[in-house]
Amino acid sequence: MSESLDTEVKTNPQGDPITSVAAAPKAEVKKDPHAEAKKQRVVTPEYMFFEAPRTKEFITGSEAAKEAVRRANVDLSIAYPITPQSETMQLIGVLYGEGYVKEYYRGEEEYGVMSAIAGASRAGVRCFTATAGPGTLRGIEPIASWPGHRLPAVCMFTCRVVNAPLAIQPDNIEVSYLLNCGMIVFHAENQQDMFDFIMKGFIISEMNDVTLPVGVCCDGFFVTHARGYVHMQEKGIKLPPREAWRGAVPVLDAENPPARLSRDAPVQKSNFMAYNIHAVWQQEVWAAVERSRKYINKFMGGLCSAENMENADAVIIAAGSAAAQSREAVRLCADKGIKVGLIKVRSLRPFPTEELRQLCKNTKLIVIPEFNYVGWLAREVATAIYGHSKAKIIAGPHVYGGQSMPVELIVDEVESGLTGKKSTNVALSAIMGTDVDQGAVSHFMQNI
Amino acid sequence: MSLDYVKFSPGFDKFMPKEYKDMVEHGPFGKKTTVSQMGSFKEILEEHPMCAGCAMTLFIRLAMISFPNPEDTITVGTAGCGRLAISQAAIPFVYGNYGDQNGVASGLSRGLRLRFGDKPKDVVVMAGDGGMADIGFSCTLHSWFRKEKFTTIMLDNEVYGNTGGQESGMTNKGAVLKMAPLGKKFEKMDMLAMAKSAGCAYVATVVPNNPRRVEAVIKKAVLIAREIGPTYIQAYTSCNIEYAIPTDKVMEDAKNVEGDRYQFTEYVTDEAKQFLAERYGYKEFLPKPAPAVTKA
Repeated sequence: MSESLDTEVKTNPQGDPITSVAAAPKAEVKKDPHAEAKKQRVVTPEYMFFEAPRTKEFITGSEAAKEAVRRANVDLSIAYPITPQSETMQLIGVLYGEGYVKEYYRGEEEYGVMSAIAGASRAGVRCFTATAGPGTLRGIEPIASWPGHRLPAVCMFTCRVVNAPLAIQPDNIEVSYLLNCGMIVFHAENQQDMFDFIMKGFIISEMNDVTLPVGVCCDGFFVTHARGYVHMQEKGIKLPPREAWRGAVPVLDAENPPARLSRDAPVQKSNFMAYNIHAVWQQEVWAAVERSRKYINKFMGGLCSAENMENADAVIIAAGSAAAQSREAVRLCADKGIKVGLIKVRSLRPFPTEELRQLCKNTKLIVIPEFNYVGWLAREVATAIYGHSKAKIIAGPHVYGGQSMPVELIVDEVESGLTGKKSTNVALSAIMGTDVDQGAVSHFMQNI
Repeated sequence: MSLDYVKFSPGFDKFMPKEYKDMVEHGPFGKKTTVSQMGSFKEILEEHPMCAGCAMTLFIRLAMISFPNPEDTITVGTAGCGRLAISQAAIPFVYGNYGDQNGVASGLSRGLRLRFGDKPKDVVVMAGDGGMADIGFSCTLHSWFRKEKFTTIMLDNEVYGNTGGQESGMTNKGAVLKMAPLGKKFEKMDMLAMAKSAGCAYVATVVPNNPRRVEAVIKKAVLIAREIGPTYIQAYTSCNIEYAIPTDKVMEDAKNVEGDRYQFTEYVTDEAKQFLAERYGYKEFLPKPAPAVTKA
């Protein structure tokens, strides 16, 4: 009996993510669970991102998101457990228990969650949530309306399969749905990106001439569940709070005259003025996406990064986990004596159109590996550089439905692209910039 | 603070439109106006594009006069006839997506509480029967189960009026409408029972015939939602177009329906009664003094 009373309380078992609020040891006097959070001090975004000393930790992507939110001065967060989630939102619950997040609840499902995020952002507070795969599509009606309502917030998308049959595996096809919402969309390669993009996302989202939601995507499992090194600032500092008056559209707090879009019934009507008002509003949303470029350049070091580009025989363009695999492919190619450059796209909206035109001006071959069937990144790249580059573009290799991407697949495409040998993985129809023999395409499609 | 935005900036008053001047000089902001003063002050909602004889519009006008703090009230709605009038009012209105109103209001009221603490910022959802009992059902029920502190008002015209007269969950069994060519095959949804079992602190039914009752009900619901929990008002606001009620018979119809399926009912939890009595001096809810015991 006395033994069990003295049992040590394990608050953070080695190797397990913390999934509950750390219980105070029994003997101690009652400690304020919010004590540490209250001690946090506000620093400027510039100090937080560029000057604050960082230490390295080996954590999962979900934990990286949690640590980003801890330092981001988030007011409100709403969680939903499945369809299918990562651990991220329950870890945010831990932050709520510890006082780092002021308001938090478990919502009914994603439509309700994303609607409530819209309400909270209108109230003028800083909001965070996360979802994945079918959950993204379940919530996409409200998500697609956030930009039009000019609601700053950060939503993390830990991409999963959305197609039938129902599955929970990694596959980033949902990004293609998000690209046309009018929101800013980043794609994180690893845990470090996850940590940085979320924090920087809040600052960019709330800039007056932006005032838009930011989606931070990553490939589910590969980033959320796997561990990687993340360089983080100390826990004792946080970003400045959201200043509600700063937005391009007034918040609905009855302290400011309300935004006209909430009041104008004429926008709903069927006449020329109504169409015109709506058209102008859409133009303004996308103009705001454009205006975010300067902040992405400032805080994230550019919409894309380029490595190993000088005198490269071929260039791989990739985003998310495909960028990590591509980096290894670049190394394998170097071993074979092929010099391959790598462009990692960090921001999908806005898209680095000018940057790619410059970088690919003299490129002969572009390979675009992706974790989805449809190849949304290849379409984006081809549209961006059309008329500015004579490169042959290989829209592949593609893996989907949970498949991982062997690095050799990418190397094969680089080699066959350079030699003209027929690819075993990418249909001829997915190779842009060459003559396509329709007979060969149909033969390929019948035999895959 | 919020009253500042309904005042003119110095030097600008002569450039303001007459409507705006009337609102500043004769509006209800910062004053205690009542429905019995209707006609003697500028209402928050005056001009609207609703049909002639619309009972819903009358109800919305009465509701807006009844808000205890109109200058600190934010309304949330969804698609339907109601929003055409609500969006014309001189207070903020959120028109988000189809059926999202109770989800939006959950985030909005929590966010406002974070920023303004105890200072009342009243969030009031006003949406139709279709928006609330059909497409917005999940958000509505869950906001009640979560005990979200805001008021939900259903403008129940028992039909999808705005889209041209289709059956809704609140339509009576047997009614022949679009999408119910053989008559509705199941009963009117009992949202009142659901509100009670989901934990609403105040549930009431009203018809617009009795302005003072509407006023009393709205005031109680909004005040209780500030601190105690969710409140729900279900108002019969007939659609004279889809149910072919002659405009001069709209009030008569409301009276008939009141006698049939919309009797005035009011459910107040003990906690809410105590709150109204202690905080706002509602005498009807003061504990009855113990009868004087005379000992022989």
